[in-house]
Amino acid sequence: MHEAFAGTRAGPLAARLAEIRARYPETEPEWVADVVRAVITALHGELAPPDSALLAEVEALGRTIANAKAEIAALQVDDITSAQIPFATDELDAIVAHTAAATNAILESCETLDTLAETLAGELAAKLQDATTHIYEACSFQDITGQRITKVVATLKAIETKVAQIIAAFGHRIVAGDEAELLLEGEAALLNGPQLPDAAMGQSEIDRLLASFD
Amino acid sequence: MPIDKSMQVLIVDDYKTMLRIIRNLLKQIEFNNVEEASDGADALTKLRSGNFGLVISDWNMQPMTGLQLLQEVRADSRLKTTPFIMVTAESKTENVVAAKQAGVSNYIVKPFNAETLRDKIEKVLGHA
Repeated sequence: MHEAFAGTRAGPLAARLAEIRARYPETEPEWVADVVRAVITALHGELAPPDSALLAEVEALGRTIANAKAEIAALQVDDITSAQIPFATDELDAIVAHTAAATNAILESCETLDTLAETLAGELAAKLQDATTHIYEACSFQDITGQRITKVVATLKAIETKVAQIIAAFGHRIVAGDEAELLLEGEAALLNGPQLPDAAMGQSEIDRLLASFD
Repeated sequence: MPIDKSMQVLIVDDYKTMLRIIRNLLKQIEFNNVEEASDGADALTKLRSGNFGLVISDWNMQPMTGLQLLQEVRADSRLKTTPFIMVTAESKTENVVAAKQAGVSNYIVKPFNAETLRDKIEKVLGHA
């Protein structure tokens, strides 16, 4: 807005507005609109036509901001941070806990079968051990799903932060997580967890990559 | 010369379920002398006070990651030659490169099977 006014009669006013905005960054947009309305009312009849047009634009801007604020308030975005996201993360935590409990129960039964296999011999023992091996391998799903759920929880928290920032921008308190998304550096940038199957490198590709160092 | 399966093996993971799975898979290939650690710091303490012939570690752990553990192991004059296998869901090229540069002996991507575990153990212990 400031640049748009440069070189016009409104230039000094725009510069003055920018200076005030820099000095009071937390000022409520609605207060500014109220002040502008009061100034326009006070100066009515004493302004040149270009000044009146500019002030009318500023007033219209104030009304737009107030309307946007009312619309966002009507969306009840507070519910997202106060109820919906905490509910979703609690549900995901419960999934992790339940799958861990179920996996441990499966492993316990599998260990019993392994002990039983030790008392057997020959083909029967080998078959039983093959079966338990496959169960152990399959049970590693709990680790993978746990890591995927952790990534989803982190995404939900990022959404929560963004919503809180929107609320803060319109004059409400910051609800939670006032940290902006951090740019990850160093080893933190390497901790991405399991990749989706289409994007993941398989064991054979990793073997080839490792071999390329030899 | 056959592999000495009585050697002490340290498995490191912050998921108790994974420790249990790897311990059982190791038992099936006759490695019964297995110790567990729940993160890198715990592992380092156990490594410095023990006599381990192999480390099998997850990467994504707190407060010390598997990569930091590997770097500590390679920087320790007594531990630096200990075979170290990374078992992790991190499967990006940059992860494998970082692990290799830190001195990893081999790298297994999760989910893995018993055959892969056996194969990598044999490779790092020099009996491929």
